[in-house]
Amino acid sequence: MSVLADLMRDGRSVENHHPWPRTVVEEGEWLRARDLLSQSRCALLGLWGEAHAVHMAMLDEATNEIGVITIECQDGRFSSVGQVHPPAIRLERTIYDLFGLEPTGIPDSRAWLDHGRWGVRSPLGDQIANPTGGDAYFFLPAEGESLHQIAVGPVHAGIIEPGHFRFNVNGEAVVRLEERLGYAHKGIEGLMAGANLARGAMLASRTSGDSAVAYGLAFARAAEAALGIEVPRRAVWLRALMAELERLANHFGDIGAICNDASFALMLGQCGILREHVLRTANVCFGHRLMRDCVAPGGVTVDPGGGIARIRDLLVMLRGRFPQLIDLYDNTASLQDRTVGSGVLKPELAQQYACGGFVGRASGRAFDARRTPGYPPYDSLQFEVPVLDRGDVDARVWIRIREVEQSIALIEQIIGQLPAGETQIDFDPATANGPKEGMALVEGFRGDVLVWLRLNSSGRIERCHLRDPSWFQWPLLEAVIEGNIVADFPLCNKSFNCSYSGHDL
Amino acid sequence: MRRSFFVEAIAKGPLTEISPGADDAALAELARNVNGAARKRLGRSLSIRQVDAGSCNGCELEIHALSNAFYDLERFGLRFVASPRHADVLLVTGPVTKNMQEALERTYRATPDPKWVVAVGDCAADGGMFSGSYACVGGVSTVIPVDLHIGGCPPSPTLLLRGLLALLEFSGAGS
Repeated sequence: MSVLADLMRDGRSVENHHPWPRTVVEEGEWLRARDLLSQSRCALLGLWGEAHAVHMAMLDEATNEIGVITIECQDGRFSSVGQVHPPAIRLERTIYDLFGLEPTGIPDSRAWLDHGRWGVRSPLGDQIANPTGGDAYFFLPAEGESLHQIAVGPVHAGIIEPGHFRFNVNGEAVVRLEERLGYAHKGIEGLMAGANLARGAMLASRTSGDSAVAYGLAFARAAEAALGIEVPRRAVWLRALMAELERLANHFGDIGAICNDASFALMLGQCGILREHVLRTANVCFGHRLMRDCVAPGGVTVDPGGGIARIRDLLVMLRGRFPQLIDLYDNTASLQDRTVGSGVLKPELAQQYACGGFVGRASGRAFDARRTPGYPPYDSLQFEVPVLDRGDVDARVWIRIREVEQSIALIEQIIGQLPAGETQIDFDPATANGPKEGMALVEGFRGDVLVWLRLNSSGRIERCHLRDPSWFQWPLLEAVIEGNIVADFPLCNKSFNCSYSGHDL
Repeated sequence: MRRSFFVEAIAKGPLTEISPGADDAALAELARNVNGAARKRLGRSLSIRQVDAGSCNGCELEIHALSNAFYDLERFGLRFVASPRHADVLLVTGPVTKNMQEALERTYRATPDPKWVVAVGDCAADGGMFSGSYACVGGVSTVIPVDLHIGGCPPSPTLLLRGLLALLEFSGAGS
């Protein structure tokens, strides 16, 4: 028996949690669970709170089993997982900020999303009134001769999201980078509470603008799992079509932008053209360039109909042009000089943080939610999951290049086998027999998006948690920049392209 | 390799599309909001500083697209600058999260007069889907004066361009 199943068996199983089990555990099992994480026998998928409990989703990487364990915290505390497993630290700081539940023993007890400006503490818990003047934040020190600090953000020089970076620098070399995030915190999980499914899906689709499809899909799949709904086959395939178009558009944007941060604007120009073609095709087929609100619980809201022919044209164009750009990247020594060997993420760290997406796959972690746990229609499609282990900026570019090729091949298969029929199933979210819980893990372009929700008996959302892949990527950016020169930070940062809004919620 | 891109560009001509023209509704809103003195000083070239005040990043993606070969924003005399101190226009997105309110106010104060503020996206108009949240102020105009709204979730690059062209046309008309 797997270690995770063994652990879960010792708890009290919760009914109506789908598709993976959830059990309520006592302190002993909770401590065993965090040891499994710290010994790399299980991977941390998510850690989130609600008013009087903390939930932790785990993946047993030996058997690919997934499970959620819950510890009830009647006295407002729980034993910190971050104490032995650092990837949990920011998640626990967030649980304290939002719910007021205290992770006892946490090595870093500073506030994370709460900057002291909301007018309320623990807004999703006890809601204690608080002044809005803002809290002081103490950055971690770096000591030594000739060090100086560079403070960047939250308003950046480029057109990017808000966040603060504090560099401690020795000459040109970065000694320590510390991130401070939370500036884009909109209170999405607070707005989710009490919303109906339609509004919940719209909020999910606006969690991270570049991943509207991935979030829409993860939310829909979680709701459908909770309610036991099966969506029409055509909708399943159209969802995958949208997800792969989204991946293409973002990867083109990223490849161009990374090269631009190494002052190679030609690549930005050329990739920008390909990205625009993808977005225009999405607009023709689905009525929205970013395909926002196109996935909804029960199916999809738009059927592209004859627009599929435009996707065929798009593929022909991409197949003709993209190989030239690969050659251009591969044969420009001045560009490689910047990307090769910069911002190296060691495979051990990627593994420890269960880091997904191109960041993980460029550092040897082969995880892809389309494969594990997997979801339709990918089980009927042929594709490879490219993996490298060098972990530098160059490797993260190459993973994207290979994923573009895979997505093009996937889209070709999808439109070749697209089933006919309905695209939406009618359903009544209200259920007579108590609350229902669902969870989904979906591979967005950036990595695995986790959505967990509980619907009450009238079909409204009682609690919904959305976990962006960036939670396990942002901390690693701090690690990879150490020893690199300041001028390479934009390049390293863009090669990670973590989400601020998806992380800040 | 690079030569082949150059030769192709010469042979096929530019991808850049003709101007979509100024948006009439935007011109009308500007006529209500902006005084003549500011119009005289701004002229026909505007420097834009973008500020994300807590958007989902959707608006930023489409603002980025303005610089691609199809829209080519700079041909109109509009360009993005890295500092508010170099800017004539603040292009603000998002429902203004409480965590970003002070940064937005300080960016506004750092921008020299005369300056215009364009609120981009449905969130920037009134908080959009996020209005009512404990974490959002809701609408850029509750924090700093706004001269023009460009709606949409997110607005398409064409819509953005039409709004910005209205700003340009309006400012040019005063000189």
